Amino acid sequence: MAFTAALKFRGGALALLPLLLFQVFPVSSADFFELNDHCPPSFEKLANGTCELRSLYEFYNSPTGFGGLKTRLPEHQGGYTPQQIDLGRYLFFDPVLSGDNSQSCASCHQPDKGFSDGLARSIGAKGKQLERSAPSLWNVGFLTSLFWDGREKDLRAQARGPLFNEHEMNNSEAQLEQSLNNMADYRRLFVNAFPGIEKITTNEITLALAAFQSSLVSLNSRYDRYAHGDETALTEEEKTGHTVFRSFVTRCSQCHTPPLFTNQQLAVTAAPEPEGKEFDVGAELILGYAQYRGAFKVPGLRNIDLTAPYMHSGALADLQAVVTFYNDERGHAVTGEELQLHWHLVNPGLGEDEEKALIAFLFSLRDETNKPVTPLHVPSGLPVSFDKPALTAQNLNRGN
Amino acid sequence: MKFNSILIVFLVFISINLPAAEHIVNDGELIQDALRKAASGDVIKVMPGTYKETIYIDKENITLSGVIVKGERPLLDGENTRNDGILAAGHGVVIENFLIKHYKANGIMTQGANNFIIRNNIVVGTSVYGIFPQFGKNGLVSHNILSKVEDAAIYVGMCDNVDVVYNETFDSVMGIETENSHNILIEGNYMHDNAVGFVASLVPGLPIKTAKNTLVRNNFILNNNIDNFAPPGAIAAGLPSGVGAFIFAADEARFEGNIISDNVSAGIVFADHASFSANAPPDPAMDPRPDKGQVLSNVFVNNGSAPKDDIAALLEAAGIKRGPDILSTGKGRKNCVQNRASIIEAGTERWSECAADITTSDIKSFQLEKPIKSAALTLEQKGRITYLSVCTGCHTYASVIIGPPIVALQAKYAGKPEELVKYIKKPTKNWPGFPEMPPQNYLPDDVLLETARYVLELKP
Repeated sequence: MAFTAALKFRGGALALLPLLLFQVFPVSSADFFELNDHCPPSFEKLANGTCELRSLYEFYNSPTGFGGLKTRLPEHQGGYTPQQIDLGRYLFFDPVLSGDNSQSCASCHQPDKGFSDGLARSIGAKGKQLERSAPSLWNVGFLTSLFWDGREKDLRAQARGPLFNEHEMNNSEAQLEQSLNNMADYRRLFVNAFPGIEKITTNEITLALAAFQSSLVSLNSRYDRYAHGDETALTEEEKTGHTVFRSFVTRCSQCHTPPLFTNQQLAVTAAPEPEGKEFDVGAELILGYAQYRGAFKVPGLRNIDLTAPYMHSGALADLQAVVTFYNDERGHAVTGEELQLHWHLVNPGLGEDEEKALIAFLFSLRDETNKPVTPLHVPSGLPVSFDKPALTAQNLNRGN
Repeated sequence: MKFNSILIVFLVFISINLPAAEHIVNDGELIQDALRKAASGDVIKVMPGTYKETIYIDKENITLSGVIVKGERPLLDGENTRNDGILAAGHGVVIENFLIKHYKANGIMTQGANNFIIRNNIVVGTSVYGIFPQFGKNGLVSHNILSKVEDAAIYVGMCDNVDVVYNETFDSVMGIETENSHNILIEGNYMHDNAVGFVASLVPGLPIKTAKNTLVRNNFILNNNIDNFAPPGAIAAGLPSGVGAFIFAADEARFEGNIISDNVSAGIVFADHASFSANAPPDPAMDPRPDKGQVLSNVFVNNGSAPKDDIAALLEAAGIKRGPDILSTGKGRKNCVQNRASIIEAGTERWSECAADITTSDIKSFQLEKPIKSAALTLEQKGRITYLSVCTGCHTYASVIIGPPIVALQAKYAGKPEELVKYIKKPTKNWPGFPEMPPQNYLPDDVLLETARYVLELKP
């Protein structure tokens, strides 16, 4: 039964692969790929069929933009259906999204690595190293400033960046749409997620990707339990670190404002470049003001211990290196540039114990309970693998 | 139905009237130890003595009260080695009657706390701010005395509805500053011998993109002429000395009934971002001009006798020798001044005469009539939100992700939500094959009970 269904959906040339898959993972349904009808954890399904985020921070009352222990979160950009979110999950892990079918979004945003990739700078199309590191995607659904230089305001617009950048996934709108339209599974899934559409366009693709990424919510760390009132949730050392973090000597929390641990503003911190790499001018290119030379968006710190190495080009190997960087003379790591350093950069003069406590606190921001399930297979039939680009003759033309 | 609502009113009544415990801290003990033992709503009384610690307050409605004995207050001594004196993040905090000296950063700072009261403290020689409420709505800063602060002595940062009244600030870079805040009353303060007496600012690059409605009334703003000694790099370092009040791109700053005298650069300066941008980048999301300012009836005496710093340069470029009572730079809109004929002005060509009958006398306070409560949610909503936001990470209705499925819990606890609450608060490992659940004992019992009911009634 399953075997014939697979034949029907995939065509003779691909018959062997589904056979192999079904031997390992037998399914009884005619449809191998089905979209979830339930909202992801932490989301409530509303009467109109869309998913809305629920968080204990809703208990609090504060004006938009305020940050602190018991304050409201910024507005979450949601409003997607479970089907759109789940379709986005398949797309996110599917290498068919890249021009040569070698890389998926997950190649650089790996769930087990805090949705980054463990590299100083990610590897893009044709094995070329990119200019900046892959930002974590946890809680990206709250952000209205995307990319390291903050150049996009929403996830749908953002998604077009890596998809069509020649150095990243190096696809084209035409090829992307054609390849998905040519796959019966995707045609069926897109109609399921977007009833009434006649053909798949980039609009639906970026919407589904945005929908999936908006579900990557991390708000149940030990820190959060502490914030909501559980004094035992943090160790004494972490509590000390918390108070170092929010002290006005370090001023970490001034830009990494809780509960999101970012205020989404641009800041010139003069983080170093890796040896031999040219200085990255950051948001100056976008805004055109010299005062933003070297400015980058303040990243959130949820699951930060999973995303080493750090800063926009990964020049700092671990959290100790980051803390040492900020505890040192402001601006010390960049020479030969006239930078207007952020006024909150000071020389905190932390002692060794304070540095250690601060790092301990950062580890308390870990929460991966809502980590989505990585699909074992994706509708294109391409391998789901994020360790290395899977460039083989066999899968290069898959789906055409 | 009626009985229910009476019962609810009664329950609310008893829950907010639980007797607050009082904790006494004596010289030689740690204030933080008392805070560790305290429950929300408790009072910590600190006896005179010297306390060498950084204190943090994360519980709600804590009163941290110094006991003054024959004029002697408890001293929090930072010895120039500790970071901050008091950091408070709990709503409804009261901090009073302390002497706070020589911290590396702030004396008293609140972060995200609503309904705060900071009163009757003396703060000397802190390296950034003296008293700094941040991200708070509804607060009072009154009867504090602050000096020798290397930035603003009192700094109201990104707050709404705060009264800063009857404080004395001197020998500091700024006496009082409001930053990206709304509805702030500055009244009855004595700001003297600072570099700048009062500042209302819209600081670029912060997440709150407007600053509106600051009422500066019945203050003494005198002789603010000391050199600016803010550390280089701080935005404050760019402020010209000798200024009574400085409005930096903030809208709806109103002055009435103040005595503004003997400030050698100028009485009041209204400036846009471009005029003083040395340490602040332009922010495309902000309006960089000070609009709708009103300088009503005030007493200006002997301001601008010997302009200093950037004000001197600015006036010289315009061919003006004497500093004015009101100096306007940049293109602010809809600003006005009352009784213009009596006032020395510069750069105010675009200003108009305010109507003679405008007064702020109907405004008594910008604090709210009642403290801000938590979000207005019903118990049902709270139970549902708790289930969805916390429980669903590990439990689904019928399948297993981390913990047992809800159907199994429904079978085990049917009709016994109280039993389930007991388990949630103190889980034990009694489901073979599943990891132990972390205790969820930080939520109030009524919310947990509602959560348990929600779980037991959940349908597929």
